[in-house]
Amino acid sequence: MSNTTEAVKERSMILQKEMLAKQFKELSMAKELGKKVVYTFVPGNLTELILSFDMLPVYPEINALQSGMRKKSHAYIREAEKIGFSEDVCTYVKCDIGMMLNGNIGPTGEKLPDPDLLLLSYTGCYTFMKWFENLERLYPGVPVAMLHTPYQEDGRIADEQVEYMVKQLKEEVIPKMEQVSGKKFDMDRLAKMMENSAKSEDLLVKVLQSAKRIPTPIDAYFAGVYYIGPIFTAFRGTEEAVEYYNELWNEVQDRIEAGLGPITPEGELAEERFRLVIEGPPNWTNFREFWKIFYDMGAVIVTSTYTKVGGTYDLGFRHDSSNPLESLSKYCMGCYTNLSLPQRVDLIEQYVKEYSADGFLINSIKSCNSFSAGQLMIMREIERRTGVPVGFIESDLVDPRYFSYANIKNRLESYFQMLDQRKIILSKQN
Amino acid sequence: MQNLENIINLCEEKAFDLHFSHAKKWKAEDASRVIVGYLPIYFPREIVHAANGMAVGIMGAGDRKQIIKGDAYYQSYICHLPRGVIEMALDDNLDDFDGFIFPAICDCIRNLSGMFRISKKGKFSRYFDYPQNFKRDIGGNFYLEELLKILDDIKAINNVKPSKEDLNRSIKLYNKNRRLIERLYDVRQEYPWRLSAVETYYILRAGLSITVEEHNKILEDVLEHIENNERGEQMDNIRVVVSGSFCEQPPIGLIKSIELAGCYIIDDDFMLGSRWIIGDVDEDTEHPVDALVRAYIERSTFSSAVYDVGNPKGKRLVDLVKRRDADGVIFSAASFCDPALLDRPELQKSCDNAGIPHINFQYHENTGQFKVIKEQAGTFSDSIKLWA
Ligand code: SF4
Ligand code: SF4
Repeated sequence: MSNTTEAVKERSMILQKEMLAKQFKELSMAKELGKKVVYTFVPGNLTELILSFDMLPVYPEINALQSGMRKKSHAYIREAEKIGFSEDVCTYVKCDIGMMLNGNIGPTGEKLPDPDLLLLSYTGCYTFMKWFENLERLYPGVPVAMLHTPYQEDGRIADEQVEYMVKQLKEEVIPKMEQVSGKKFDMDRLAKMMENSAKSEDLLVKVLQSAKRIPTPIDAYFAGVYYIGPIFTAFRGTEEAVEYYNELWNEVQDRIEAGLGPITPEGELAEERFRLVIEGPPNWTNFREFWKIFYDMGAVIVTSTYTKVGGTYDLGFRHDSSNPLESLSKYCMGCYTNLSLPQRVDLIEQYVKEYSADGFLINSIKSCNSFSAGQLMIMREIERRTGVPVGFIESDLVDPRYFSYANIKNRLESYFQMLDQRKIILSKQN
Repeated sequence: MQNLENIINLCEEKAFDLHFSHAKKWKAEDASRVIVGYLPIYFPREIVHAANGMAVGIMGAGDRKQIIKGDAYYQSYICHLPRGVIEMALDDNLDDFDGFIFPAICDCIRNLSGMFRISKKGKFSRYFDYPQNFKRDIGGNFYLEELLKILDDIKAINNVKPSKEDLNRSIKLYNKNRRLIERLYDVRQEYPWRLSAVETYYILRAGLSITVEEHNKILEDVLEHIENNERGEQMDNIRVVVSGSFCEQPPIGLIKSIELAGCYIIDDDFMLGSRWIIGDVDEDTEHPVDALVRAYIERSTFSSAVYDVGNPKGKRLVDLVKRRDADGVIFSAASFCDPALLDRPELQKSCDNAGIPHINFQYHENTGQFKVIKEQAGTFSDSIKLWA
């Protein structure tokens, strides 16, 4: 570490903090401001559409992960288990329901407003549907708009799938939004926002792909989850998001010029020893500790699949202002967990090669069948196709009972030793 | 007509033949026949039948196959069914199957479809996405495309494109099958001692791996035996509906334990796929595939796999309990089964509101110990008898 004091806050971080504070303030005053509130999910979200009606989105997964980071998730999960939810099911759902049962206090300590519309954009995860059935019962009478996103089972997006989604948007989702917001749908406004979306998306891709450099100027997982924040949630399509991503990209360029490594909570990473591709979401309850195991060993994540759950922009997709509804549909279908397993394997293989990774690691999440079912086959395939050492650890998103620090640390240390050995052997061969 | 014991034995053998030899033998008799395996829950088998095929239900390996490879593919916190299925695929159990269908019911089944693709199992394997939009011209169109894709897949193998008449004929046969099954449940509602829950289970599950014509014959014979003849002895049991076992199947020992503990299972969702469409599919139309689409959209039963806003499953479960005149509900779900377990609190609440007693437990398909479950079910039965 070149600097072990508290990390210097870069301007982009400050900007993001301000954006979030403003968003939650606005949410807490939604009723006074006369704004309608839409609960929806991150993967396959329709943020521009929601914003084009001047409504405010709330993302239950974000609340759950924030509760995890603020060490509140365990109590919330317990609450949900008390009313009959099994220990076996997705903890995001339980955390969210527990939070609602406890007054629905958001991450800034202010109460989140009740929804005026439940927008079930059901992309890449079956549990979303169950989650919303439960929300619908917690908020009886609130209208529900369902947007069913077909899975890319053939490894591509078919025309009839786009047609199906556009029809749902036109005949189900937009009329419900008009009814709830009291406003007419404005295609031009939506298109204008999408121009901003595409600008932010271009910049985000530049940031994420900067990690192809050796050494990388960024960590694309632990820091990456912050980088994706605005675009995956309430800000895609806004001027603020474009400003944020411009700022972030400038900072990354400065780092490249100055030859600096990724920022960690304890300063810059001085030496990049291992470059890893990681599959699966992080653990939120012990996020800092988890990250530290990596940077202490000089391991940096050069790319990750989790940072693609809200869009696979690095594969070329951009929101398209000339075709807003088609492009929203394609966006939903292109999110990472909506890709077929063979597509996921191909993508990871490509990542390992393009990002010159030394290894591939899976953080298998107990909660999340969408990610986890099939991961052991993914692991074997990647090992077979790329020859890099593969590692496997298990944890959970927000249930601290499934984060065993000692276990994970042991496993990772052995894995890093293996990577070290391989480097020695490879250097001898060359 | 065979005697009932022989029929039941035969059904048990077919139901648990994890090599599906009956279906394979059937296929071997004619070069244009195909067999298509499908996972739980529902799949419109009519279209495979019309294309000179047999749709065979793959309900997991249960407690009848040692799982070695399957465990290497799945983390401990994933339900058991897919590991048994992949084990069967990697062994020779599913050789000779032409294709596989993975109905959209959860992400485990969804990702299993990708594992089959990566392992290159079958000439085709398809994730079969159900619309969660129930308008004919939106979700219906989407579903129609899904069905047509499968007909194309089969045609690419055997060059059979079913005619309108073929499809209508197949629909007729499956309508008959559903009606016979409902009659069986109706008899059991009146006289549950005449055919035990385990025997019923064998008879229904056998239907997943033989032809519909053969199954209809079996059902007719069974009905003839039990509709007007006494069998078994009436016990002082309570009457329960079992809910939540629609995918990974409970071991037979578990079903037995529930009955031995004093509970007649008078309805259940073990073989829900065979009973999915309520009433008949239109069997004499110009567009039979469209008739299947309409049946799915308009007359599906309630299930954890179907988005139920506007027609809540809690209410439908309560209605079922009332219609069957049951005393209570046993929520019995596979461990780690998100769809079943995420529905449970709401279903329990609906039962509470309707004053219907319930208990719940979880199982694995290869659970070997039933003592606790038996005790729980026994106490449940006693308490209902005491307070009824
Ligand atoms: S299963 Fe996974 S993707 Fe689905 S809600 Fe839970 S954590 Fe999110
Ligand atoms: S048992 Fe449940 S979780 Fe497992 S495959 Fe079946 S539906 Fe999915």
